[in-house]
Amino acid sequence: MAQILGEFSDHLPVSQEYLTIVLSPSSAPLQQRWHNNGLSADFMADYFAAFFPRSQDTVSQINSKVEVKSAVSFIANELLENAMKFNDSTTNYPISITLQLHQDSLVFLATNSLKAQTVDHFQAFIQEIIAGDPGDLLVRQLEKNAEDDNQIGSGLGLLTMMSDYLAKVGWKFETVQEDPEIVIVTTMVYLMM
Amino acid sequence: MEITSEKYSVQYDAAAKTIICRGALRLAGMEDYAPIVQLFDKVLEDHPSTLRLNLQELEFLNSSGINVLSKFVLKVRGKADMQLIVQGSTAIPWQERSLKNLQRLMPNLELTWD
Repeated sequence: MAQILGEFSDHLPVSQEYLTIVLSPSSAPLQQRWHNNGLSADFMADYFAAFFPRSQDTVSQINSKVEVKSAVSFIANELLENAMKFNDSTTNYPISITLQLHQDSLVFLATNSLKAQTVDHFQAFIQEIIAGDPGDLLVRQLEKNAEDDNQIGSGLGLLTMMSDYLAKVGWKFETVQEDPEIVIVTTMVYLMM
Repeated sequence: MEITSEKYSVQYDAAAKTIICRGALRLAGMEDYAPIVQLFDKVLEDHPSTLRLNLQELEFLNSSGINVLSKFVLKVRGKADMQLIVQGSTAIPWQERSLKNLQRLMPNLELTWD
């Protein structure tokens, strides 16, 4: 059964304008593809910048080509980096990222498998970051990281999206296979325009 | 002192007491950022009374890079007799969004915009 945390919506209106990039771990080891994250993110950013500026009034500053490019490039890159970092490499489950254009928002969906034993820790971390003020949490996390060199996956990317880009973030956890168990997480990021 | 690659460069101009970062910094985690951290640490050994960190041509910085810059700012904060001026560009949107966080870490950091 799926478990949802944060602002994840299963009922988004259908988007007619979207891009999906799928990375299969069987084609090349994911670690060797790190530099491709930047290429993929920049491609999504350049492609979607073409739809801006939009004529409607916007609630955020994200309406000019240069703003959209910068925001999409940062968010898509962070989502891909996280997906690669936390992906369970013992499964061949692909990593994917989708970017959809909606009337009032851009919606990112990134999916990757997770090691089953890391799920509880990750969910506890999510509960922490959705409960507080993202700006305060970000500064606190930066201070904490400075004291500990071995922090991996400290959530800085997610906190930066929430704090500096005012993005809404949600997660869906699903068990897609029982034996051997494969758990996947889809991270949804809404960027209001 | 200088680190250059196809995508980015980090340079310390000792005469101008200025660190200049350019390009797109999207390295994979702290291990890959280690040479840059070492360069920053050497700058701290030089102990300029006023240090400039010029980011006006830094087009992109991933969250690991944000972590590296923040750590550096916190190290400077620990040195009571050192002033830090961060030079940003309003033409690069991530800087207007995120550089204020460095100032939250070190309130007497001076942030200037071109």
